[in-house]
Amino acid sequence: MELFSSKSHIDFISKRKLAYALSLLMILTSLGSILFQGLNFGIDFSGGTLVQVKFHTPPNLKQIRTVLSSLDLGDVVIQEFGAPEEILIRVEKQATDAKAQSELSQKIIKTLEPIADQNSVDLRRVEFVGPQVGQELTEKGIMAVIYSMVAILFYVAWRFELRFAYGAVLALVHDLGITIGFFSLMQKEFTLVVVAALLTVIGYSLNDTIVVYDRIREEMKRFKSKDLTFIINEAVNRTLSRTLITSMTTLLVLVALLLFGGEVIHDFALTLFLGVLIGTYSSVFVASPIVLILNKKISK
Amino acid sequence: MRQLPTWKPVLIFLVTFSSLLYSTPTILGGAPSWWPSWLSSQVISRGLDLQGGLYLLMQVETDKAVEQSAENLVDEVRGVMRQERLRYRGVERKGIDSVIIKLSNRSEPEKMRSIVKREFPQTVLNEDISGKVWTVSFTPEKIKETRKFAVEQSIETIRSRIDQFGVSEPTIQKQGQERILIQLPGLEDPVRAKSIIGKTARLEFKLLDEKGDLSGALAGRIPPGDVLLYGEEKNRATGRLTRQPYLLKKRTVLAGDLLTDARVNFDQQFNEPNVSISFNRQGARKFAQLTGENVGKRMAIVLDKLVYSAPVIREKIEGGRAQISGTFTPEEAHDLAIVLRAGALPAPVTFIEERTVGPTLGRDSVEQGLASILIGAAMVLVFMIIYYKGFGLLANIAVIVNVLILMAILTVLQATLTLPGIAGAVLLLGMAVDANVLIFERIREELRLGKTPMAAIDHGYAKAFSTIVDANITTLITAIVLYQFGTGPVKGFAVTLSIGLLASMFTAIFLTRVVLSMYISGRRLEKLSI
Repeated sequence: MELFSSKSHIDFISKRKLAYALSLLMILTSLGSILFQGLNFGIDFSGGTLVQVKFHTPPNLKQIRTVLSSLDLGDVVIQEFGAPEEILIRVEKQATDAKAQSELSQKIIKTLEPIADQNSVDLRRVEFVGPQVGQELTEKGIMAVIYSMVAILFYVAWRFELRFAYGAVLALVHDLGITIGFFSLMQKEFTLVVVAALLTVIGYSLNDTIVVYDRIREEMKRFKSKDLTFIINEAVNRTLSRTLITSMTTLLVLVALLLFGGEVIHDFALTLFLGVLIGTYSSVFVASPIVLILNKKISK
Repeated sequence: MRQLPTWKPVLIFLVTFSSLLYSTPTILGGAPSWWPSWLSSQVISRGLDLQGGLYLLMQVETDKAVEQSAENLVDEVRGVMRQERLRYRGVERKGIDSVIIKLSNRSEPEKMRSIVKREFPQTVLNEDISGKVWTVSFTPEKIKETRKFAVEQSIETIRSRIDQFGVSEPTIQKQGQERILIQLPGLEDPVRAKSIIGKTARLEFKLLDEKGDLSGALAGRIPPGDVLLYGEEKNRATGRLTRQPYLLKKRTVLAGDLLTDARVNFDQQFNEPNVSISFNRQGARKFAQLTGENVGKRMAIVLDKLVYSAPVIREKIEGGRAQISGTFTPEEAHDLAIVLRAGALPAPVTFIEERTVGPTLGRDSVEQGLASILIGAAMVLVFMIIYYKGFGLLANIAVIVNVLILMAILTVLQATLTLPGIAGAVLLLGMAVDANVLIFERIREELRLGKTPMAAIDHGYAKAFSTIVDANITTLITAIVLYQFGTGPVKGFAVTLSIGLLASMFTAIFLTRVVLSMYISGRRLEKLSI
């Protein structure tokens, strides 16, 4: 069985202007959203407390809000988490000392119990991150992304050529930018787990790009006299079927994870899902044309 | 076709078979009863997020430990001065690491200087211009040592508390200079564990300043040498808590470091729990002397700056036993006895990061994780057979062996499987077939060029090889960075991903090739099922 014509000769390069426009639109939207709306940082980075409780019967959110407001906690987010009985409570970092903050989860449970069915709730999860740790995690997260980019830049420059390395890293920035932009646009919670997923997206997207580059390198040896436009088109076309099949199998399992993996893993799976989609697009429409552009610049 | 070397199928068989042996206990959820004892019965250890538990990162406030030793130095200086009959105007603590000695006109600086030098070796003496105000400061080495000791002592104390509380396989380790990382798996009551770990448990006995002006102190005029502390009192009828102020002498007349035991008792009258403590011989002597000298006065029992009770001393108490009563629940009394037995922390600790996963959420995560793995795997396997037919089957064998190897290695390394780790495994399934997709697409291409099946297979594998290596190495690079940067669960993910990727190169390239060669050896292939 073949889903894609074996003799495809789609002229990707001639359509690159369209791809540039699309990419530019997505990146500008992302950048705009990040600049003006910012990211909805989870407590991993902003510091604060997260409490997940399960009630025996679906509780009344309004009532929860009322009893919790008596604790005077400042900004409190109360939401359903996957099921109506499952409630997630996020409290921003408190002005009080760290001790009071770390005892907060207990206080919240004690406050919720009287209004719960059977006067008890199941404590599912507590996450408390002090402001100091939050800042350290932010720095670590940023450094991790930078380190992996640099390591990749060197590896690709060593295995291929410098212009390929630039292309690969630019494609990665493109993928990360748009994925982070999505989180900003949707104001979805940006957590440590999302950063881990982003790093994985780097690995995946790069994998895709390298496969195409490898083919470009091979075709360059085969057609020494042809120009780079032809070669890149040939390489992208020849690897197209593989690119799409691998994306598909990966997306299949990610869909399984999204649908059946539970709420805790949901954002992780969503980030990967988005990243794989964008990564696939970028290895065809971004990473390869960039090599062409850089080539023109160099030969001028 | 070249002759297939015998070692290749043998290696594959050995790897597959031993992986199966190591992963069976995990697959079956624990080694079954018929499982031979000489085989490994280890299972993959599950992270806190899967089995439930408590992850705590705490900061030891070592400043307080330094401050406490400066406070002790004040007492020591006073003692030496008295002993040596030296005259001075006053001794007090300054900052966290210094003591100020104020000299009077009748002081003898020469003699004092030599005595301070002799008695307090780990300090530096500075005199002001007038020569009347001396500052005795700890040396930087002494401060560093005090901080280090405070962290180590805290770890020991917390370990002993946790052992008495009864948690299996706790992890307690130093992180950085002043932090302690605690992981307690499979905990039923994390809230209680937290209170046991975090209590400083500084037990002090202080005399009340009954002549002092309590209302003046409440208004901010605390008499020198006194301290204002509070106690909580519970009304038995209404259950309401009220805060009760106490004006106490600052000096601690007896402390909890002289304890030998602490037990829970029940009060006869109200059947309320209290904690009885026994002092060692030195403590008992001090306690007897103290109570003997202060009959009729009130003495407060203070724990972590909270006054538990302030009874009137009716008579001299011999035998070194005392009782801490308060409004405890039986659990609170039990936990208090634990922390008193294990001793006080040398410095207060603050929790700076906490992640608790309740046991029920852990169970749900395992179920959901397994379900998504099975469903995801099934979809990929079916897709591969539809798309690549016979070769799809080959790739599927590779994926299954890949999963077995991954499980076996995780078992042998006793790596911790976390929820993101399960996600990594799911993702890996999708990516593991990638190498085979690359090879198969290449073979199809070669076939289209009119090559014979054998030649197409040879070329397909050869050409795809370098691509696969490059692609996987770059992914490995990010996995390594992830491992460096990540905390617990994320680390688990990086480990799963890296091992899985390495295993996938073995199965997707080597294993499929050998199985293929075995299948086609001796057959005349006209057409490939691809």
